[in-house]
Amino acid sequence: MRGSRTGFGLRASDFGPECPDPRAANDSHESSPKPVARSLKPATIFPAALARKPITLLKILIVVAGLVPAAALVVGVFTDALGANPVEKITHQTGTTGLAFLLITLSITPLRRMTGWHELIRVRRMLGLFAFFYATLHVLTWVVLDQFFDPYAMTRDVIKRPFITAGMTTYLLLVPLALTSSAAMIRRLGRRWQLLHRLTYLAAITAVVHFWWLVKADVTEPRRWALALTVLLGFRAWWTLRTRLSSRF
Amino acid sequence: MLIKKAPDIRSSDITPKAIYLRRREFIQAASGAAVAAAAALASPAVRSAAAQNGQKLANVKKSPLSTTDRPNAFEDITSYNNFYEFGTDKEAPAQTSKKFKGRPWKVAVEGLVAKPAVYDIDEFLKPYTLEERVYRLRCVEAWSMIVPWIGVPLGDVVKRLEPGSKAQYVEFTTLYDPGQMPGQRSNVLPWPYVEGLRLDEAMNPLAILGVGLYGEVLPNQNGTPLRLVVPWKYGFKSIKSIVKIRLVDKQPRNTWQVMASNEYGFFANVNPQVNHPRWEQGMERRIGEFFRRKTLMFNGYGEQVAHLYTGLDLRKNY
Repeated sequence: MRGSRTGFGLRASDFGPECPDPRAANDSHESSPKPVARSLKPATIFPAALARKPITLLKILIVVAGLVPAAALVVGVFTDALGANPVEKITHQTGTTGLAFLLITLSITPLRRMTGWHELIRVRRMLGLFAFFYATLHVLTWVVLDQFFDPYAMTRDVIKRPFITAGMTTYLLLVPLALTSSAAMIRRLGRRWQLLHRLTYLAAITAVVHFWWLVKADVTEPRRWALALTVLLGFRAWWTLRTRLSSRF
Repeated sequence: MLIKKAPDIRSSDITPKAIYLRRREFIQAASGAAVAAAAALASPAVRSAAAQNGQKLANVKKSPLSTTDRPNAFEDITSYNNFYEFGTDKEAPAQTSKKFKGRPWKVAVEGLVAKPAVYDIDEFLKPYTLEERVYRLRCVEAWSMIVPWIGVPLGDVVKRLEPGSKAQYVEFTTLYDPGQMPGQRSNVLPWPYVEGLRLDEAMNPLAILGVGLYGEVLPNQNGTPLRLVVPWKYGFKSIKSIVKIRLVDKQPRNTWQVMASNEYGFFANVNPQVNHPRWEQGMERRIGEFFRRKTLMFNGYGEQVAHLYTGLDLRKNY
């Protein structure tokens, strides 16, 4: 069954709730004689447990990394540290952060393959949801702070400005992905879940196009994102091609 | 016990009463003369000393052309700049222009003029009275500010250059010096930056050559030592750090028009009726305000400039 491992997707069980780690059970069993003392010293128990479970450490890091940009903006608003045009700053920061999370999400599959660390899949949903979180903040900034709920102005913007058309397309592609990210939805959709979630590739492309079309002259930054995305999608294209060829000959 | 005694010589004995009673007028006249003399003597010195940023500009006249809107904070005006010569990020110019030298500075006058010449900036500005012009600034990116510029009427400058009968346009060029302007080390725009005005636009009383803001010499990031200010046009027309003024008979190709002629034209008049593929031109965000406001035709300067464009299709000539 080479195909199932080399395809884009993963088995639904990969996304299921985490299995309890047998080592963790052993650990708690061993430490049972002195539970009180350990719970009083979180500083010592914490790193020890994490060292045994790097994926948990990674999850914590991602949660922190995911909340820091939003927190920085909130602090910035209250300390008046967002420069002369705070609305623009918030728009740019939330957009860039969302794009970053989207591309990090797309890097999980190549990373798993290259490192063989398949547990990485457990952080992918969280990464994808952070991408959606920032995309939502980005759209809300536009709706509330920029357009102030003016439906006519918003419609005009979406239709008349290609970069906003691309941006809105990206968001509309991300919505069904976020809605079907739960374990229950993964089970329910089965094989179709994978097909649906390939929209991520399209969303990443339209997101980069959105950025590229926004800039007036200096495409340095969008070009970097485009390059990163090309590499990430290139990996997949290469693997797919190789699998097809090897199954044919 | 202190016994008061009249002074031996009374002031009335020294100064004739007629003059004594008019002492205020006398002091005013005398000090006025002294100030005038000092100003005349020190004028070139004061102007050259203006090399230092933050230097106050003296003898600035108020102008009836100023708006009564409250100016934006100095900090906002000097930290949010589109000046690609110093980087494409709006916060970059304030950072990367710190070592820029706005003096000594030469301005070349070329083309269809009586006497082409290269002037020292202070010599160039000497004949004119500085005026404060508080203007609205509308960027094509749909944000706006109120800036209290100091400058000289461009029309006066052009007149003094004695344009030839064939001269129809004024072309301006920014300094090209990648050593001082790090943004010019990458080719985001075709350097040097070029802008232009039709001669009658340049002669319009609203057009000024800016040399300062908030009563001080222009900060580096705002286009020191000499920039154009044409408030009825999108901000990119107001070219900064000018080294060359050329009178020509053909319409100059301004930099942004060269970059994307479908987005930026030669005229670039603020016009809420002409759509732009990136930014809503019917509305703008005034820096410092939460709600967007409606953009006005010619940025609200229609009374002064609309007549320049009668018979011109502004949808085509954007």
